[in-house]
Amino acid sequence: MRYLPLTPTDRTAMLATIGAKSVDDLFVDVPQAARLDGPVHGLPNHASELAVERHMSALAKKNLAAGDVPFFLGCGAYKHHVPASVDHLIQRGEFLTAYTPYQPEIAQGTLQVMFEFQTQVARLLGCDVANASMYDGSTACWEAITMARRVTKRGKAILSGGLHPHYVSVANTMAKFTGDLLVTSLPTLSPHPDTDDLIAQIDDETSCVVVQYPDILGRIGDLSKLAEAAHAKKALLVAVVTEPVALGAIRSPGEMGADIVVGEGQSIGVGLQFGGPYVGLFACSEKLVRQMPGRLCGQTVDAEGRRGFVLTLSTREQHIRREKATSNICTSSVLCALAWSIHMTLLGEKGLRQLAAVNHAGASAAADRLAQVSGVELVTPTFFNEFTLKLSKEARPVVRALADKGILAGVSLGRLYPDAAGLANGLVVAVTETTTQEDVETLASALQEALA
Amino acid sequence: MSTINQSGWRPTTPQAGSASSDTFTGNRALMLEEALIFEIGSADTTGVDFADAPTGKSRLGDLGRDTAIGLPGLSEPEAVRHYTRLSRQNYAIDLGLFPLGSCTMKHNPRLNERMARLPGFADLHPLTPVDACQGAFEVIHQLAHWLVTLTGMHSVAMSPKAGAHGELCGVLAIRAALDAKGEQARKVLLVPESAHGTNPATAAFAGFSVEDIPATEAGRVNLRALKERLGPDVAGVMITNPNTCGLFEPDMREISDAVHEAGGFVYCDGANFNAIVGRVRPGDLGIDAMHINLHKTFSTPHGGGGPGSGPVVFSEALTPYAPLPFVEMQGDHFALVEEETAGEHHASSFGRMVAFHGQMGMFTRALTYILSHGADGLRQVAEDSVLNANYILRSMEDVLDAPFGKAGPCMHEAIFSDKGLPEGFSTIDIAKGLIDEGFHPMTVYFPLVVHGAMLVEPTETESKAALDQFIGAFRSVAARARNGDPEIKTAPHFAPRRRLDETLAARKPVLVWKEPVRAEAAE
Repeated sequence: MRYLPLTPTDRTAMLATIGAKSVDDLFVDVPQAARLDGPVHGLPNHASELAVERHMSALAKKNLAAGDVPFFLGCGAYKHHVPASVDHLIQRGEFLTAYTPYQPEIAQGTLQVMFEFQTQVARLLGCDVANASMYDGSTACWEAITMARRVTKRGKAILSGGLHPHYVSVANTMAKFTGDLLVTSLPTLSPHPDTDDLIAQIDDETSCVVVQYPDILGRIGDLSKLAEAAHAKKALLVAVVTEPVALGAIRSPGEMGADIVVGEGQSIGVGLQFGGPYVGLFACSEKLVRQMPGRLCGQTVDAEGRRGFVLTLSTREQHIRREKATSNICTSSVLCALAWSIHMTLLGEKGLRQLAAVNHAGASAAADRLAQVSGVELVTPTFFNEFTLKLSKEARPVVRALADKGILAGVSLGRLYPDAAGLANGLVVAVTETTTQEDVETLASALQEALA
Repeated sequence: MSTINQSGWRPTTPQAGSASSDTFTGNRALMLEEALIFEIGSADTTGVDFADAPTGKSRLGDLGRDTAIGLPGLSEPEAVRHYTRLSRQNYAIDLGLFPLGSCTMKHNPRLNERMARLPGFADLHPLTPVDACQGAFEVIHQLAHWLVTLTGMHSVAMSPKAGAHGELCGVLAIRAALDAKGEQARKVLLVPESAHGTNPATAAFAGFSVEDIPATEAGRVNLRALKERLGPDVAGVMITNPNTCGLFEPDMREISDAVHEAGGFVYCDGANFNAIVGRVRPGDLGIDAMHINLHKTFSTPHGGGGPGSGPVVFSEALTPYAPLPFVEMQGDHFALVEEETAGEHHASSFGRMVAFHGQMGMFTRALTYILSHGADGLRQVAEDSVLNANYILRSMEDVLDAPFGKAGPCMHEAIFSDKGLPEGFSTIDIAKGLIDEGFHPMTVYFPLVVHGAMLVEPTETESKAALDQFIGAFRSVAARARNGDPEIKTAPHFAPRRRLDETLAARKPVLVWKEPVRAEAAE
C-alpha cells in the first residue's frame, strides 16, 4: 500500500489526539446494518507496481494501435503527430496535479494558459471570444444548441445531415428531455453539402442551424449563404468543426458569419485515446458572451497593479446561480486544453499552415490513387484531409476483412448509419501527415483484392 | 509598481541614474515573470519541422484561407521555457497538501500516467473495429466490475465525461424510468441545501423543477421536512452522502425507503465516496443512482480543472434506462452495444450522452490505481481519509469554531466557520494567510449552510508529518486573525501575485488578448 503514508504508530498517536479507541469509533454515524465489516467479496487485494504494469500491458497489447498499422480512420477523431515536448510539459506536476484555479494568486500558471488558449481558439475559429474548454465536441455542440435557445427564445434547431451522427444522437437524447424540436436528416452520397435544403427549412421558429465544416463525409461548403439565410430569420448559425487542423487551410466559420463555433480539439495535442478525454472548443461573438457556458478566464490586476488572471463571469455558473445557471458544466478539460495550447504554440501560424498543407496534399494524392482502384469511386470533389469513397460492395465487411489483415481502412458509413441502405457502400478515409505513401499503396492493393 | 507585464516582455535598457527597490525585470530570483505567447511569439516562428508537402491538386474549392489567423509561434526551447516558467506559478498536490474540501486532491501516482500512455490505449481510435480493440473493452469491463462490486449496485454507465455529466446521466435515467411508468407528472426534484451547486443546475438542465430541503442544526437532511414534501409530483431526491458538511447521513436508509414508498427515486452525489469505499455500499442504503468522480476516489489527475470522468452506478430499477454505448460480455467476447445493436433487452435506454466511449484515458488510470490498492487498500483509504480529517478537526477546534464538532466525528472532511473572528476579519483572510504559509487554502464559503465556511479535506495520502505542519500553519493564521493582525488583511504577500481584483475582471471582461495599439485605437 505504497500510496498510504500513515504508519501503525502514527494511527495510534492520532487516535489518541482525537480521543477515539479505534478507527471504528469514527464510523459511529454509519448504522450497523449498512456497515461492511469484512472484506469485499470477489475482489483481489493490492498488487505491486510490477504486477499492475504486467496486467495493464497485457490488456494494451490486445488492441491494434494506430501507429502500428496502415491507418485511415477519422470521423471525429484524427491521428496526428504530437511533438514530444507537449507530453513532457503537461506531465510537469505543477500542471498535472493542480486543481481548478479557485485561488488565483497561486494558480497563475493554469490561468494564463487558459487565457492564451481562449485567444488561440477564438482566432482559429474566427470568433471574438472563446471559453476555456468543454468536455468534447459532441457535448459542446448540444451546449451551443441550448445557448441558441436562450438567446433566441425559440426551441427549434435544424441539424445538417452532414453533422457527425454521434453529435446528432447526443442532441436527440437531450432534446427528448428538454422538449426542444430538432429537425434532422441523413447525409446522402452527394458531392456537395446540404446547404440549400437547410436554407429551405429555416423559419420564424428556428433558433439555430447546425452545420459541420468540413462535414462527416469530408465535404466543405461556403457557410456565408447559410449564415445570411439564418440571420434573415433572426436565427443563429452554429458551426461544428471536428478537424481543427483544416482551419490552417480553409476559411474560418466565424469569418463566414457563424455566431457560435464549437469544435472537437482532439487532433491538436491530445491524441486518440479511444475517445477521451478530448477537448471541446467553444467560441462565439462578443455580444453572446454572457450566455456562454463553461469556464472563462479574464485579465485583471493585483493589489500592486500587476497584470494577472482570474476565473470570471461566474455569475453564469452553477455554484452561484444553481438551477438558474446557463449550464451544469463545472469541470472542463483544462489539462487537454493545455496540451492543445502548447501544440498550437509550437506550430504557430507558420507551422499550422504547413501542417494543413501537408495533410491536404497527402489526402489529395491518396484520393487520386484510391480512385484508380476498380470498384472505387471518389464521391467528394472538395475536402480537406478526409474524403468519401463509394465502393462497389458494402463497406462494413470490407473494413472488417482489412482489419483482420492489419489494415485500418477507414470508417464505413454502415457503422455510423446502420439503417441507411443508401450509405452502406460509403467509406470515409482520413489521411494526415502520419500517413505514408506505402500505407496508401497497401490500402489500394488490399481494396483491389477485396473488391475483385 | 512593476511595469513588466503592462506592455509585455520587451527587452529594454535601464536609463542612467534610475534606481528602484524592485528588480528591473520584475523577476524574483527563481520566480520569473512570464509574458504572453502573443507578446513573445511571432507568426514566422515555429517549433516543428515538416517534410515538404507532396504535390497534388487542391480540393479546397474557393475556400482557401488567405487572411492571417494571428497565431504566434515559439521555437521548441522558447516554448519549453514558457510553459515551464508558467508551471512554477501554480500550487499543486505534488508540492504539498491541497486541503480543498469536497474536491478531494490526493497523490497522483505516475504509474497511472505510464499505463495510460501505452500505445495500445493512447493511440487507439474510438471507431476501431471491435475485434481490434478487445483489450480496451476489457479495461472498461474490469473497471465497471470494481465499481459495481464496491458500491453494491446493479450496473454502471461508464460514458459520462465528468461528475456533473454523471449527475445528468443519473437524473435522465430517473426521468426515463418515470416516463416509462406513465408518471410524467413527477417533475420536482428535492435537493438539500448542502448539495453541490451542480445538483440543482443538473436537475434544471434535465427539465425538472428544483425545491430545497433544509438542513438540521446538526448538518444533516431534515428528515421530517423531506417526508412532508414527498408526493405525487416528486420525482425523487438528490442527496450527497457523506454530505458536504463532512457528515454521514445516518437516516439514509429511511430517506430512501420513504422516497421509494412515495414513488420516487434516490440520486446520490458520490463525490465523497473515498470516505466510505470498502466500508459502506451505497446499494445497501437504497440508492438508485450515484456518480463516482474517478479523479477523487480513484486518483486521475485533475490538471487545473479537468478532465473529469463520472461513471454512474445504477440500482436494478434504473438499469434498463442507462445510456448507450456500453460494453457487454457476449460469450468470450466483448461487444459494444450502440444504437444499432441495442436490441430488445436494451430498448429502454435513454440514449447517447457523448460521441464515443467516455474518458478512456481516465479509465486506464483509475483501474491502475484500483489494482494497486486492491480491495484491502481501498478500505484502508476510507479509514485513513476519515482518520486524517478527524485529526485536523480535533487539532483546530480550540482556535476555530467547528459548528458540528460536538455532533461527533466527521467523515473525510472537517468544517470550520468564521464565528468568533474579530470585526473586519473573515474566512477569506485566513485563506490568503495560508497561501503565505505555503499551503493551498481549504474550500471557502461552501457549503452555504455554514456562515463563512472553511471546509478542509486532507485525504488519505498525507503523512502525519505533513498534517502536523499544516495544522501548525493553520493554527498560526487563525490565531493571527483572532488577534486582529492587520498584515493578514493584505495577504498574500509572497505569492506570484497579491490579491487579484475579481470585480474588475467581471465588470470589464477581457477574455482574449488584443494588440495594445489596436486596443487603444478602439477606445
